[in-house]
Amino acid sequence: MAELRMREALRDAMAEEMRRDEGVFVMGEDVGVFRGAFKVTDGLLDEFGERRVRDTPISENTIVGAGVGAAMAGLRPIVELMTVNFSLLALDQIVNHAAAIPYMFNGQAKVPMVVRMPGGGGHQLGPTHSHSFEALYLQVPGLLVACPSTPADAKALLKAAIRDDNPVIFIEHESLYGVRGEVPEGEDVVLRFGEAAVRREGSDVTIIGLLKMAQVSEEAARTLAEEHGVEAEVIDPRTLRPLDLDTILASVRKTNRAVIVEEGWPHGGVGANLSTLITEQAFDDLDAPVQRVTGADVHMPYSKRLEQAAIPHSEHVVSAALATLEGSR
Amino acid sequence: MADLPDAATCYELLARMALIRRFEEEAGRQYQRAKAGGFLHLAIGEEATIVGTTSVMRDEDFLIGTYRTHGHAIARGTDPNRVMAELFGRVDGTSGGRGGSMHIFDAEHRFMGGYGIVGGNLPIAAGLGLASQYKGEEAVTVCMFGDGASNTGNFGETMNLAALWTLPVLFLVENNLYGMGTAVERHSAQTDLSKKAEGYGISGTRVDGMDVLAVREGVAEGLRQAREEERPALIEAFTYRYRGHSAADPEVYREKAEVEEWREKDPIENFAKRCVEAGVLGEREVAQAREKAEEIVVAAAEFAEASPEPPLDTMYENLYATTDPSGWYAVDERSPEPHRGENEAEMPAAARELAEAGAAYAAQSEEGDRPNPAIHGDAMDGHSRQAPDPEEDDGEPQDTVERPLNAEGAED
Repeated sequence: MAELRMREALRDAMAEEMRRDEGVFVMGEDVGVFRGAFKVTDGLLDEFGERRVRDTPISENTIVGAGVGAAMAGLRPIVELMTVNFSLLALDQIVNHAAAIPYMFNGQAKVPMVVRMPGGGGHQLGPTHSHSFEALYLQVPGLLVACPSTPADAKALLKAAIRDDNPVIFIEHESLYGVRGEVPEGEDVVLRFGEAAVRREGSDVTIIGLLKMAQVSEEAARTLAEEHGVEAEVIDPRTLRPLDLDTILASVRKTNRAVIVEEGWPHGGVGANLSTLITEQAFDDLDAPVQRVTGADVHMPYSKRLEQAAIPHSEHVVSAALATLEGSR
Repeated sequence: MADLPDAATCYELLARMALIRRFEEEAGRQYQRAKAGGFLHLAIGEEATIVGTTSVMRDEDFLIGTYRTHGHAIARGTDPNRVMAELFGRVDGTSGGRGGSMHIFDAEHRFMGGYGIVGGNLPIAAGLGLASQYKGEEAVTVCMFGDGASNTGNFGETMNLAALWTLPVLFLVENNLYGMGTAVERHSAQTDLSKKAEGYGISGTRVDGMDVLAVREGVAEGLRQAREEERPALIEAFTYRYRGHSAADPEVYREKAEVEEWREKDPIENFAKRCVEAGVLGEREVAQAREKAEEIVVAAAEFAEASPEPPLDTMYENLYATTDPSGWYAVDERSPEPHRGENEAEMPAAARELAEAGAAYAAQSEEGDRPNPAIHGDAMDGHSRQAPDPEEDDGEPQDTVERPLNAEGAED
C-alpha cells in the first residue's frame, strides 16, 4: 500500500497501462508540456515522449473524434478533456459516434477509448466551469460511466477502463484530486465496473453518494450516528453504467429507506433515475419516500456564499436521512 | 486529358461505375416500393468521383464517407447483396439492419463507414490516420465529404490537426454544388473549396469529378503525397447528383436545364464513348458491363428480399463489446432478477413481450389481449404500467379536457 493523492493514482494508472500496452496513449489540451491543467498527467511526457503523450489544439470534438478513429483502428486512446464543461463541445463525437459505432455497425468496429474529464463545483469557477454531467452520460447506451471517489478506486477503475473494449466516460472531481488515500500496489489491481462499495454499514437508512458526495455522505453518516443515534449505510456506486443495483437494493431492503446524494441538477439527474429504479424494484420494502439531495437548479453562481449554498453539504444529507425516519422513531 | 489505361482497367472502371448507377436506380425503386425506409441518398451522377478514387487506393488504405455511400462501399469491394440487404433492414445487411442506408460499414474492405452527421467523419479520419502513423503503417485514410461539410467546425479543426500532426489523410470534397438544397455560393463564403485549408498549410487541388481518369490522376497524386511526403492532401472534385438530395426532395432549388446540362457530362456515357472511340473497348464489352450490372443488382434485390428481418431478441447485441472476459458484462450473471434500466440481458425479453403483447396498446379494446402481469411476470411491469389498469378501465376514453376547470369544484 502506498498513500497517494488521487491525481497521482490516476497518473500511475495511465503510466502502468502505457508500459503494459504500446497501443495506449494520452492526448488532450495541455497534457504534455504543461503536465495537465490539474497536473494529472505529470511526468508522462518525460517517460513516454511526444508520440504517446500528445498536446492537442483546443478542438474538443476533433480530439475525441480522433480518439474514436484511432480506437477503431486498434489503438487505446485516453483522451483528457480539460473539464466536463468542455465535453459538451465533443458531445457529437461522444454520443453520435463513440457510443453508437459498435451498435450501428453491428460489432464490426470497437471503440476502446477512455475520455477523462474533471467536473464539479466549489472553486468559484462560475456557471461554465462547475458542471456535474454524470446524468447526461448515464443516459447514453453504449457508454460506460465511471465516477470514482477515492484514490484507490480511481486507479483501479481507470486501469479497467483502459483495458475495456468499450468507450468509457471517466468523470473525476476537481475537489478530490488532492485527497490522499491508501492505494494497493500491483499492475493487475483492476476494479470491475458495476461493483458498488459499501463504505459504512448501518441498519437505519441507506445513503448513496457519488464522487465528492460519497465523502459528504460518509461525513453525514458520522453525524447521524454521533448526534442522532442513526446508523446509516453508505454506498458509493463507483460506476453508473453499469450500475450495481443489487448492492443498493440489498441495502434498501435492509434499511427500508434511501437517500441519494449528487452534485448535479435535480431534474433528470442520477438521483431521479436511481430513485425510480429503487421504487420499481423495492417499493414494498420502502418505509418512506426516497429522498434526493442534489445541487441547486441554477447555473453555478460565482459568489462563494451562493455557490456554497448551491452545493449539497453533510447537513443537507443529515436532514434528508432524518426525514426518511420521521414518525418511525 | 489523362491517357486511357489498359483495356482491363478501363473495363473495370466502367463496370464499377455502371454497377453503382444501376444499384442506385434499383435502391430508388425499392424505396418507392417501401422496401427501403428512412432517408435514401443516391449518388447517381457521382460515380466517377467514387470509382476514380477507390481504383487507385491500396487494400490497406482506409475509406470513410458520408451518408451517401452505397456506391463507395461497393466500389471498395463490399458485396452489393449485403448493401441492398442493409437498405432493406435485414439480417444479412452490412450492419445487420442496425445502420440503414446512411450507415454502411465493411471492416473487411476497410470501408470505415457511412456517417449520418455532416462533417462527423472528419475527426474520425484524422484518428484513423493517426493510428497508421502511430503504428508505422503505410496506409492512407481517404476521407470523402460533401461541400456542405466544409462549413462545419470539424472541417477547420480536423484540417488543423491533420496538418499539425502531418497525418496521412487525403481529404476529398465531393462538391456536388449543393449542401442539401443550398447552392455552394449561398453556403460558403469561399466557393473555391480547394482553398479552404490553405490557412492550415494544406494546398488543395481541383479535379473534374465527372471524369474518372481525372479523378484517378488527382487522387493518385494526393495518396502519394500523404503516403510518401507525410502531408495531408485536399482535393475538390466537381460532381453532380442527378437525383434530389434524398428521396424526399422536391428540387425547387435548381432548374431542370441545369440537371440536363450535367447529364451531358455523364461520367459513364462519356467514358464508355471515349473507350470505344479509342478502340480500347468494343461496343460489346460496354454492353456486357451494363448487363453484368443488371444481373448483380437484380440478384441483390432478390437476396435482400429473401433475407430475414432481425429477430427481436437481437435488439441489444453489439451495444457493448464483450470480448474482454474480465469485463463488467458478467454483472448480468450475478442476479437472476431482471433490473429494468440496468440489466441489458433481460431487456430483449421485455422488448419482445412488448411487441408480442399485441403491440399491446393497439388492441386495447379487446380485453383478452391486454398483457397480464400474472402471465408476463415482472419483466412486464414497467410496460404494463403504461396500459390502463383493468380494474379502472371502463372502456371509456380518459376525460381530461371536458372536465370543468373549476378550482372550487376540486375541493368538493
